Amino acid sequence: MGDYYKEEDLDRFGQIGKFKPELFKKFMDWYNASLQPGALTKREKVLIGLGVAHALQCPYCIDAYTKSSLEEGMSLEHITEAVHVAAAVRSGASLIHGIQAHNAAEKISL
Amino acid sequence: MRFSEKIQALQETPLTASSIDILQVNVGYRCNLACKHCHVEGGPDRQEVMSRETVDAVVKVIRNGGIKTVDITGGAPELNPHFPVLVEETAKAGCQVVVRTNLAIFFEEGMEHLFSWYDRGQIEIVASLPSFRREQVDRVRGNGIFEKSIAALRRLNCLGYGGDNGRRLNLVYNPAGAFFPPEQSSLEAEYKKELLSLFGITFNRLYTFANIPVGRFRQFLVRTGNLEKYMTKLTDAFNPETLCGLMCRRLVSVGWDGRLYDCDFNQMIGLGITEGYPGTIGDFDIDRLAARKIAVDDHCFGCTAGQGST
Repeated sequence: MGDYYKEEDLDRFGQIGKFKPELFKKFMDWYNASLQPGALTKREKVLIGLGVAHALQCPYCIDAYTKSSLEEGMSLEHITEAVHVAAAVRSGASLIHGIQAHNAAEKISL
Repeated sequence: MRFSEKIQALQETPLTASSIDILQVNVGYRCNLACKHCHVEGGPDRQEVMSRETVDAVVKVIRNGGIKTVDITGGAPELNPHFPVLVEETAKAGCQVVVRTNLAIFFEEGMEHLFSWYDRGQIEIVASLPSFRREQVDRVRGNGIFEKSIAALRRLNCLGYGGDNGRRLNLVYNPAGAFFPPEQSSLEAEYKKELLSLFGITFNRLYTFANIPVGRFRQFLVRTGNLEKYMTKLTDAFNPETLCGLMCRRLVSVGWDGRLYDCDFNQMIGLGITEGYPGTIGDFDIDRLAARKIAVDDHCFGCTAGQGST
């Protein structure tokens, strides 16, 4: 499984559109529109993308959004801070479920 | 598709010069630094230095008129012993003088006079500063270079460089790797804010240039397996709107040995002026050169990608 994710496969993303091209087009239009500067700057949107990439641990997204971060003039300091936010939110999501464990234990305990 | 084919397909004619406003003079590859991204592969051991005879031939061309700006580059131009003559004669001829300096040169032994010399000559300075962060600058340019760059900028500010009404001090940003530069105006605003708040430094303009895949930067791309991807990225980002503003259409580049080129990058890969047009400074003919066909290769995609780098 070492080569399960191949770097060159990112360039094949468009092949997904071979089937159901109308759905793929909708996705691409939406994706591109969502990254356009609006109330948020391009840089802020790229950082959100980087955080999500790490939360999802998608190797393609990590490569792409790291490069985009550098192209927005950000340093490894910015990148690392964003990854910490993603990791902290993700960890917090696990930790808060401790309450569910407490609730479950309470429910069946004397 | 090759760059020449792209141009041919787009406009049905090759790329040609539009005028010659700028004479870019590379006075040699010797440099006090050996930056990782340097397309010239400049360094302390380089022996290619423009001779006095060639400098005189350049001055003769400048005196003949038609050139508005003389853009002096290297290596570190200040290391050429004939650099002061070239600058002074250029200024006497009434041309604007722009010098590309690496800033750290001001602190080399025997260069203590440079600050006041630049100031007296009212020379426009274009200085490399790939980041306002120490770590990034030192990683690309060598340990301790950030500190020297900041000290030089502060001194230049004290002399009146970089203000609203003083001498022009412009900075250059190159990405520290195989990726594109940020949008120029937003990075300029960030540089201005950060350099002022961190170090009290002001400057006029920031130019962002993509790294062109020649010289030491190309070697880096090959060594790290990034060349193919970088070339694809440049090709995919081809922007036809950059063509009319390409610097090669308005300048001629003179190499340290007096040969003529369409740009400094062509010089580095030995791609001379198209056959049939003047090829050396001794043969310089401004009217014929202003009508020349520009010699291109695939590295030219670097100047036409995205917002353009020129």
